[in-house]
Amino acid sequence: MANQLQQLLGQFLPEPFDWLVLTVLQIVALIICVILCVAYLTLAERKVIGYMQSRIGPNRVGPGGFLQPFADVIKLMLKEVIVPNRSNSFLFVVAPLLAIVPALATWAVIPLFPGFVIADINAGLLYVLALTSLGVYGILLAGWATNSKYALLGAMRSAAQIVAYEIAMGFALVGVLMASGSLNLGDIIEAQSGGVSNWFAIWLFPLFIVYFISGVAETNRAPFDVAEGESEIVAGFHVEYSGIAFAVFFLAEYANIILIAALTSVMFCGGWESPFAGWEFLQGTVFAVIANPSLAWFAVKIAFFLFCFLWFRATFPRYRYDQIMRLGWKIFIPVTIVWIVVECGMLLLKIGPWGTVL
Amino acid sequence: MLLENYVPALLFLCIATGIGLVLMSLGFMLGRGEKSDAKLSPYECGFDAFEDSRLKFDVRYYLVAILFIVFDLEIAFLFPWAVALDTIGLFGMVAMLIFLGVLVVGFIYEWKKGALEWD
Repeated sequence: MANQLQQLLGQFLPEPFDWLVLTVLQIVALIICVILCVAYLTLAERKVIGYMQSRIGPNRVGPGGFLQPFADVIKLMLKEVIVPNRSNSFLFVVAPLLAIVPALATWAVIPLFPGFVIADINAGLLYVLALTSLGVYGILLAGWATNSKYALLGAMRSAAQIVAYEIAMGFALVGVLMASGSLNLGDIIEAQSGGVSNWFAIWLFPLFIVYFISGVAETNRAPFDVAEGESEIVAGFHVEYSGIAFAVFFLAEYANIILIAALTSVMFCGGWESPFAGWEFLQGTVFAVIANPSLAWFAVKIAFFLFCFLWFRATFPRYRYDQIMRLGWKIFIPVTIVWIVVECGMLLLKIGPWGTVL
Repeated sequence: MLLENYVPALLFLCIATGIGLVLMSLGFMLGRGEKSDAKLSPYECGFDAFEDSRLKFDVRYYLVAILFIVFDLEIAFLFPWAVALDTIGLFGMVAMLIFLGVLVVGFIYEWKKGALEWD
């Protein structure tokens, strides 16, 4: 379809511009999809947690509450944006932008289905790491620029927590790189082709668990949401943000959640690959289609991980701050280092599906 | 060829920034309200703020940041090693394991020193 569109554009535009327009169209379409996903993730969160607590959740706006996210956005859009008089107003306004830009821009390197990725760069994983690390600046600057004690406390908690878990995340990704031998996310998915038994989630199971839980901590989600801790520091770093500035932080947080879910499925669960790939007896039956790699499988995996995020929030009480730091430094980092050494052994003894690496 | 692949990523960054700017300016244009001193003062549970919040903070946050830099650099060293594992072979692997061993010694030291305690 992209090729047909490019041919169509080529009739009106000279050589490099048809490609440019096509890329811009793809990017805008992807961003709109991500924002719509965020909108419906907020609705899903309220519905899922509602049912887990024997409530119905929002059901007034539209059929079954289906238009609730749009009502929320319009409401937030029309609210006044307050810039507190003691705050550093420039940084106060820039901070939400610093949060939202990396959360959206990281999608440039996520391969959505075979042969489709907006920027097919060979250092994809480095790009992801660089941009996700930038996300912490938005939170830190917001907390500092507000010039309120609650905001400052929330920002410092959040920053210390994010950097602690980023190390565990980085080590987990080193394990993935050793197995896949490439920084390109498409290649990492290809390395896991051939059914569920080749997924890194099986062979690097401790790293998979560490990565996903660190992802929950990175996005400041329950049970690691001390940065917002309503009962302790009101709302943490965004206590003074109102109206659209708050909405942009909200959008960034949920875009980051979807991103972590997508990255977990790319790194450990084969991205677009089907778990039934390689099941010969499916060929020639009506079920053959489920063994094909497709966007649908990617979406199913993302949806599963997103559901886990909501499930955690409905299930676990909030961690104490010293417990969070202990989990990050004293449990996750040793576990990942040990598993990297174990993986070296697996590579030497040619255990595992990636025997070609050494 | 190589740099060309990065152009869409750059475009993506620009468009994401643009969308953020558009959202923020829409909010500032649409959301109107009366400003007052009480509304604009920093929130502190209904009191006037007692003092400026640019205050001293716990040195442990600083310590965490320093440790983060050390370990993050370590990971930056491990990344190219992990990607090039098939060309550097056994020698490279053993060399990096020694490096990892040195890191683990440092990690044990800081653990015993109590740099990771938080209470």
